[in-house]
Amino acid sequence: MSFLQNYAYYTGAFGLILIGLFIMMTKRNYIKIIIGLSILETGVNLFLIAVGYISGGTAPIFSRSGITAEKMVDPVPQALVLTAIVIGVAVLGMALALAIRLHKHFGTLNLLEIREQRW
Amino acid sequence: MKKGVSIILLLILLWGVVAALSEMPFGKAKLEVAGHYTDYGKEDTGAANIVTSVVLGYRGFDTLGEVTVLFLACIGLAVVLSTLKKQGCGARQTPSLILNTGFRFLFPLILLFGTYVFMHGHLSPGGGFQGGAVIASGFVLMYLSVPKIKRLNHFVSTLFESVGGLIFLVIGLIGLKLGSQYFLNNFLPNGEFNTLLSAGIIPVIYIAIGFKVGSELSKIIDVLLEESE
Repeated sequence: MSFLQNYAYYTGAFGLILIGLFIMMTKRNYIKIIIGLSILETGVNLFLIAVGYISGGTAPIFSRSGITAEKMVDPVPQALVLTAIVIGVAVLGMALALAIRLHKHFGTLNLLEIREQRW
Repeated sequence: MKKGVSIILLLILLWGVVAALSEMPFGKAKLEVAGHYTDYGKEDTGAANIVTSVVLGYRGFDTLGEVTVLFLACIGLAVVLSTLKKQGCGARQTPSLILNTGFRFLFPLILLFGTYVFMHGHLSPGGGFQGGAVIASGFVLMYLSVPKIKRLNHFVSTLFESVGGLIFLVIGLIGLKLGSQYFLNNFLPNGEFNTLLSAGIIPVIYIAIGFKVGSELSKIIDVLLEESE
């Protein structure tokens, strides 16, 4: 129980990661697999941000005069997650383009049916 | 059967994760480099937002790679979808009056907000990528709400995209030539801390990235929508 209290963010992040992996492993619809990938990616981003959190810390911005460098959370994971989100959008766009191609070519998005058909 | 196997695999993964994470304290400082960034980022780059100073100051070259990945995704998407035969299947639902009126009211405000977000990237949360995404969301609203579909002007969007990328590269190369000889060297004066005209090259690059990302994301949506009709 104390694990859940101390590690609520890690629990949520890995919950999302496991849900995403489960969807990607069991579903056979291409769109659903893409949704699973997105959920997985959200979980990874949440985990990285949670790693950088420092108890009682503020956002790493010197927007007011009272903010000192000691009270800030770690800016490095936030910068990395910014990159990861952009790469995620790129991957998502490519996956959706392939989905459109597959649907135009085979008339279905079920991967089992697609595998049975030959090119 | 398959679900059972995947649940067992995921439980094994979960056990490993719990075993590893229980050693890792939550809410403690872990990286020494983060301490350096928060202590000296203000003097080194002049940006009030330390995340921005990491993204464009300390790791600017990395951001150039990131912009390139987005550019490649945009090109790849257009290439994958370009060889398809166009088959019009029309039947587009006409948007409601609320959506249409709301679009006319909101569209300039969304563009203005996106511009604000990327111009103040060094002062407040946000930056070029976020502002670009806000601008692209305005174009999504345009595609949803205009009855007779209006296409993005491809010449203008390509122009913004190329000029944005070129400004980033040229500023980086000027920094390489001047001063202490490294790519994306901050050669402009830092200015007064926490004002709009501060942090040297960072706002300039973020404005370029904002235009680039905004036009790229709008183009991705445009290409995807064109194929789905």
